[in-house]
Amino acid sequence: MEKFNYLLRLGDDSLILGQRLAEWCGHGPILEEDIAMTNISLDLIGQAISVLNYAGDVECKGRDGDALAFLRLEKDYKNLLLVEQKNGDFGDTMMRQFLFDAYRKLLFERLQSSTDKQLAAIAEKSLKETRYHFKHSAEWVIRLGDGTDESHKRVQNSLNNLWRYTDELFYVDASDKVLTKQGILPDLSDLKSLWLQEVNTVLDLATLQIPTNNWQFEGGRKGVHSEHMGYLLSELQFMQRVYPNMEW
Amino acid sequence: MLILFVLIVLKHIFVLLSCVPMENKNLELLEEKFQQKIDQDIKIEPNDWMPDNYRQTLIRQISQHAHSEVVGMLPEGNWITRAPNLRRKAVLLAKVQDEAGHGLYLYSAVETLGADREDTIDDLHSGKVKYSSIFNYPTLSWADMGAIGWLVDGAAIMNQVPLCRCSYGPYARAMVRVCKEESFHQRQGFEIMTTLCKGTLEQKAMAQDAFNRFWWPALMMFGPNDADSKHSAQSMKWKIKRSTNDELRQQFIDVTVPQAELLGLTIPDADLKWNESTNHYDFGTINWDEFWQVVNGNGPCNAERIEARTKAKENGLWVRAAAMAHAEKQRERTKQSA
Repeated sequence: MEKFNYLLRLGDDSLILGQRLAEWCGHGPILEEDIAMTNISLDLIGQAISVLNYAGDVECKGRDGDALAFLRLEKDYKNLLLVEQKNGDFGDTMMRQFLFDAYRKLLFERLQSSTDKQLAAIAEKSLKETRYHFKHSAEWVIRLGDGTDESHKRVQNSLNNLWRYTDELFYVDASDKVLTKQGILPDLSDLKSLWLQEVNTVLDLATLQIPTNNWQFEGGRKGVHSEHMGYLLSELQFMQRVYPNMEW
Repeated sequence: MLILFVLIVLKHIFVLLSCVPMENKNLELLEEKFQQKIDQDIKIEPNDWMPDNYRQTLIRQISQHAHSEVVGMLPEGNWITRAPNLRRKAVLLAKVQDEAGHGLYLYSAVETLGADREDTIDDLHSGKVKYSSIFNYPTLSWADMGAIGWLVDGAAIMNQVPLCRCSYGPYARAMVRVCKEESFHQRQGFEIMTTLCKGTLEQKAMAQDAFNRFWWPALMMFGPNDADSKHSAQSMKWKIKRSTNDELRQQFIDVTVPQAELLGLTIPDADLKWNESTNHYDFGTINWDEFWQVVNGNGPCNAERIEARTKAKENGLWVRAAAMAHAEKQRERTKQSA
């Protein structure tokens, strides 16, 4: 049960951010970035397929990745609040991606040494992609922060708005502790300080400041989402809800 | 002094006048050599001499092609967030990404002819340059993803395979890769249709409805009848175009009708029947009035498509400005530290 719960968190982060990034398709600021964002979306959907299919196997109730991705109630999705936030402008999207990529890169590095072979293999494959994602989003955060007065102001604003969702990246509950004892989850206690270090290095180059208001939200990991989530799910689940029990 | 001046002026006039026929002759020689190369199937490369009209025709054709790839992302992009399962979502993402990649190669090919990518994009937004009319039709159901892949990419392949032998090197080479990917796209579209046609009654009806809406616009993709195609003859001579509109359309119909029959779909054309004597299908009259209305901006989604593309550029101007400013600052920093 604990493992299933953890896999849902991991898979849902990929699924929901992949869904969000796909909204950019055809609307990117330049064609190269249109391709980059859909490519990252594709990687994330690929991760969601591996992780959620595995979650279905672990659960043993006959649900596969598609059943989990498309047919749960909102409260049963366990993704971070950060990844369900709306795309906003290109700066908002890149800042959300950067904060997330920095975390996922560190997480996958650790998960490679999970005693669960399947999870370790998924982490190893995903890490390769995530390193590229991080390089891409970090470079954009630097360009936008250091670029013009307007871009600096915009992306500082993105950071101010998104910072409140970053504590949740390191959410831990009793279920995680069980997995840590089993060696399925490696020790992640220093992840936050490593993440802060990575993030600060990039924000320095971008001449951006972490906001002084450090009030933090959480809820996604427990299935309590923002108002945006229902709309996102209504698109994601549309076909499966309107045409149930069909092969596509 | 004055006489000397007049004499010099007269001499210049004489020289100039005598040069005109010589230049004309040079031009004729160049054009003759150019046509010889084309006739011998030798590729024309960016630095080779080419007639101005050849260059302009290619810029028009390749930029239209590039814009079609990019505008074509919109109707399919419309269904990525609603794809019915994870595999279909991933495949559709990959496909639309391929289309964006084709846009990039083609804009690069246009640039080898001396045109500026951004200028050609602005021409698209102002309506000066067109794109394939098919993308002005809306995508109303998931089956439209199947119909577009199967019919629209299928028609595109018919159009583009001959372009792999186009006389202009960079365009021909871009087409080789584009066609390989389009052939995957066509198969994924057909696979969607196959799954729907083997599915429930609702799914089959969805497939038939999409087929009904896309069949005629797909036939229009080959352009006007040969008799009404103003650019065809010269383009054939220059081997920019290697088959006529009507030949390609007939080829498409002949290939696609058996596929539709295999799927169990009804072709929405009461006049369609096999002709033993020509060994081709006869088909009904295309609604050219609809075709020209859509070409000239009155299709169901013309305004939306251009608005989406224009907004994408306008909303991204600050991003471009930031990237340029950062690059400039970096150059300055490197200079200072050196």
